[in-house]
Amino acid sequence: MIPPRLEIRNIASSYDGMKVLNDISLSVQPGEFVSILGPSGAGKSTLFRLLTGTKSPDAGEIRVDGKMLGDASPAFAFMPQRDALMPWRRIIDNTTLGLEVQGMSRKQARSRVQPLFAEFGLAGFEQHYPAGLSGGMRQRAALLRTVVQERPMLLLDEPFGALDALTRAGMQRWLEGMWMRHDWTAMLVTHDVREAVSLSDRIYLLSPRPAEIIRVVDIPLARPRVLGGTAGAEAAAIEHSILETLLNLTEDMKP
Amino acid sequence: MRAKLERGLPALISIALLFLAWEAYARLSGISPTALPAPSRVLAEAWQYRQALADNTLPTLMATLTGFALSLVAAFVLSVAVDFSEPLRRALFPIFIISQTLPLVAIAPLVVLWFGFGLVPKILLVALVTFFPMLVALTQGYASTEEEIEQLLASMGAPRWRRFLLARLPSALPYFFAGLRISITYAVVGAIFAEYAGAAKGLGIYILSAKNNFRPDLVLAGVMVSSVLTLLLFGLSLLAAYLVMPWSRATKERKR
Repeated sequence: MIPPRLEIRNIASSYDGMKVLNDISLSVQPGEFVSILGPSGAGKSTLFRLLTGTKSPDAGEIRVDGKMLGDASPAFAFMPQRDALMPWRRIIDNTTLGLEVQGMSRKQARSRVQPLFAEFGLAGFEQHYPAGLSGGMRQRAALLRTVVQERPMLLLDEPFGALDALTRAGMQRWLEGMWMRHDWTAMLVTHDVREAVSLSDRIYLLSPRPAEIIRVVDIPLARPRVLGGTAGAEAAAIEHSILETLLNLTEDMKP
Repeated sequence: MRAKLERGLPALISIALLFLAWEAYARLSGISPTALPAPSRVLAEAWQYRQALADNTLPTLMATLTGFALSLVAAFVLSVAVDFSEPLRRALFPIFIISQTLPLVAIAPLVVLWFGFGLVPKILLVALVTFFPMLVALTQGYASTEEEIEQLLASMGAPRWRRFLLARLPSALPYFFAGLRISITYAVVGAIFAEYAGAAKGLGIYILSAKNNFRPDLVLAGVMVSSVLTLLLFGLSLLAAYLVMPWSRATKERKR
């Protein structure tokens, strides 16, 4: 049997003596798109810090392709909340960053990313500085920087949270299209219910701190789902039920 | 080009008006030229004594540039050291701050007493006054690095020194140049002050002897040269920032 791409077993973590994550278990199969959805401050960022190795869990274990995390080379390509593009690097040199850190020469790295610029809608902007690009283009550049690292799995930390609503919807549709064409495995952290429903194969709902998984929602709907898809009514129903679960949790949101 | 001229016009006008008012006062009020010489007289005397002024400007420029270079190297090396070691930061920063509390009036003659009338005491005093602003600018610049960029690099597996070179150092550049602009103006003043406390040659000693000979016009001529020197160095630091940070140029052009 093939082990899951990512398996998290009973991890707990605290910050400043306060419990943030309490007994979280989840798994992601190769090729799956999984979302973590929860109220703000539920410890989603802590979960990512555990995965990228900047923090160790108090209990539990994390396995990637059956191996303990930290034994192999970095397993995740991380896309942070804001694009985190370096203002002093041209777009092409921002996208090669991960490859350069891996030890590839800048020239080689450039020739590797160059052919991908058209697919990411960035053709002609290679030599621009990030300050000269729109929010949506910056996010696409950040995603390009993430996927060229060719890690086993993508970690997306609220990648579209800083965009305006219209740009965000466009980016979600674009990402879904890219998703259908590529063989990526991804975990998305978000608090946007619609975003999670339209992109994920499965959603884990987190409770407020200390976070536990309170519900797992499988989404078997056909793709594409974002705009123009046939899954409109079903997707809306799933969205509605998820929102209800989340709103019932946060007492102060009740009228 | 024309737009730039237009933007500089108000400054030129206000400076010209200032000099005109000074000239008019010196001529019309009947004040003695040994108390307040008119700017035209200062310029005429400066031209007449141009050889002496030039001879004394060179050592000051040397002291300024050498002292400033020393201070830059020291500030950079120490800023990197304290960036990598928190205990070192806590051990050294109080000393740096105390070094800034020493009154220059008292320290300058002592340094001259210890190191003589040559170039060394000037270099040391210039370094002393410019070192701290540069160090503060650099450490603050490192600290300004976007948290998410560091987190991103960590997730890529970049070790600490690599994160420093890829993220912290370039993030500090705007701060570095801001610090450079401030301390370059202290540098010339610092050199002149050091010479004032005792020197064989230099603008400071030239100004001092002109004062002792009751020649306020030559004092002002020396002051004028030192101002022009400072402005030139300031301009050079602007040019350096412009050349080293092409991305900030791109950002500004977009915002305009």
